Amino acid sequence: MIGLEHYLTVAGTLFVIGIFGLFLNRKNVIILLMSIELMLLAVNINLVAFSAFLGDLVGQVFTLFVLTVAAAEAAIGLAILVCFFRNRGTIDVEDVNVMKG
Amino acid sequence: MTIGSDLNIILPEIVLSVFAMVALVGAAYGGKDKLGPLLVWATSALMAVLAIWIATGGSGTNVAFNGMFIDDGFSRFAKVTILLSASAVLVMSQDYMAKRGLLRFEYPILVALAAVGMMMMVSAGDLIALYMGLELQSLALYVVAALRRDSVKSTEAGLKYFVLGALSSGLLLYGASLAYGYSGTTLFSGIVQTAEEGHVLLGLLFGIVFLIAGLAFKVSAVPFHMWTPDVYEGSPTPVTAFFATAPKMAAMGLFARLLFDAFGNAVADWSQVIALLSLLSMFLGAVAAIGQRNIKRLMAYSSIAHMGYALMGLAAGTQLGVQAMLIYMAIYVTMNVGTFAFILMMERDGAPVVDIDALNMYSKAEPGKALAMLVLLFSLAGVPPMLGFFGKLYVLRAAYEGGLAWLAVAGVVASVIGAFYYLRIVYYMYFGEEREALDRTNPPVLWGFLMVSAVIMVAGIINMFGVEGAAVAAAEVLVN
Repeated sequence: MIGLEHYLTVAGTLFVIGIFGLFLNRKNVIILLMSIELMLLAVNINLVAFSAFLGDLVGQVFTLFVLTVAAAEAAIGLAILVCFFRNRGTIDVEDVNVMKG
Repeated sequence: MTIGSDLNIILPEIVLSVFAMVALVGAAYGGKDKLGPLLVWATSALMAVLAIWIATGGSGTNVAFNGMFIDDGFSRFAKVTILLSASAVLVMSQDYMAKRGLLRFEYPILVALAAVGMMMMVSAGDLIALYMGLELQSLALYVVAALRRDSVKSTEAGLKYFVLGALSSGLLLYGASLAYGYSGTTLFSGIVQTAEEGHVLLGLLFGIVFLIAGLAFKVSAVPFHMWTPDVYEGSPTPVTAFFATAPKMAAMGLFARLLFDAFGNAVADWSQVIALLSLLSMFLGAVAAIGQRNIKRLMAYSSIAHMGYALMGLAAGTQLGVQAMLIYMAIYVTMNVGTFAFILMMERDGAPVVDIDALNMYSKAEPGKALAMLVLLFSLAGVPPMLGFFGKLYVLRAAYEGGLAWLAVAGVVASVIGAFYYLRIVYYMYFGEEREALDRTNPPVLWGFLMVSAVIMVAGIINMFGVEGAAVAAAEVLVN
């Protein structure tokens, strides 16, 4: 029997994979965008699982909002990335280093 | 309750967003960038009018959309600060942007949309409203950071801000989903009841921690501050000025709203976390700024330190703490508007200069401006006769009375360390060795903001222009 905790485990795992993808990835900024998407989708699984478990629709409404915003976010991220590529000629994460933190 | 009365409550937000959308379509099909200067003035004027309207028109606590949107004294205080500072920064940027061909019509529209998002944030009464407001603000800010499309630095700043901002949104959302799951509702008023039974569920506790982590990114509190110096340095200076003012107030407002409205019954659970964020921010901001020669990076570390002090007010978890935080933020925003007006005037042969060495013996060439900057720097450092000192005094008192005496002591120590880099600039201006001088340009708008801000720092100590009373009323509504 698959219950709430299984869904939460999957979502938690995906979320952690997303965070690791963000920090360990040294190759390509596109992969960062994919990691961000993974994190947001993990949250969506969480929300839908809770919504079904609680018998409350708000969680699914929240999911739709998150999906919409995630699409807008990806669009803006890609637009900034295109501008960056035009200036730098590369999208390697290691080359995002003109300013040193 | 009809939809009409709900819409009436969010009328200022509707006016500003409709204006932004009409302006966007109008400018896209009409004059394009020729409309830029006009739109800057129009947006700025509209935001100032809305601020006055909100300050004088609103009264009591009004709740719209079944608790999703709350209009009360607290949100009005934050909104007036946000709108006035956004309006001031827009007017200030006009000159700088036009000179460098950056005054595209999108700029004022994006600032207006970000302001709508911020107004939404401080009025949020529900996790969904919180998220939508935060994202509206963030998405607009990612774009303005990369406004200078042909500059490597600006696009890099935009990219870094975007990636780390999206990460923080993810953390915040994960926390929101846990808070929803373990309390069964997204309404703050519902979540607060779940925690009422004395002990807080472990899941809800995880939710609080994730939500705090997400918001700490937005206020650039240590250890979630890494984006701040790079984004401040890379963005065009007027955009940096904007980042340092309105969004900080909005994020602190949202922080207070979430902690007290949704988790007001679990003060002991989050107070320690906030105190730690505050402590780390104050010390890192004070120590890391010492090595900076770029005044924009220096202001970034300065803002990290100031956020530490504002968080100290929240960590106290009392009404006095919220009141101190609000006063501190109002003073901080005023100081930063003046300081950035000065930074915007720093140029040599028409090109912007950000190196603090360029200020050597500045007092000889421009005694008036140097004196105004001296007042502002003293105020930023918290030197007694200036208003900045009273802001610090307020949060320290709140922390002390809230049982966080160790944090107050640490705050004093950090402020002494931090005073070094502010006073070093003063030293350069008055006793440095003479270098190649900066241009002696005095754009009237920037000069005016610098002088007004400096005068407020001195004259404000008499009665703080009534801000104190408003902050008391605002804090009373939030903490009960």
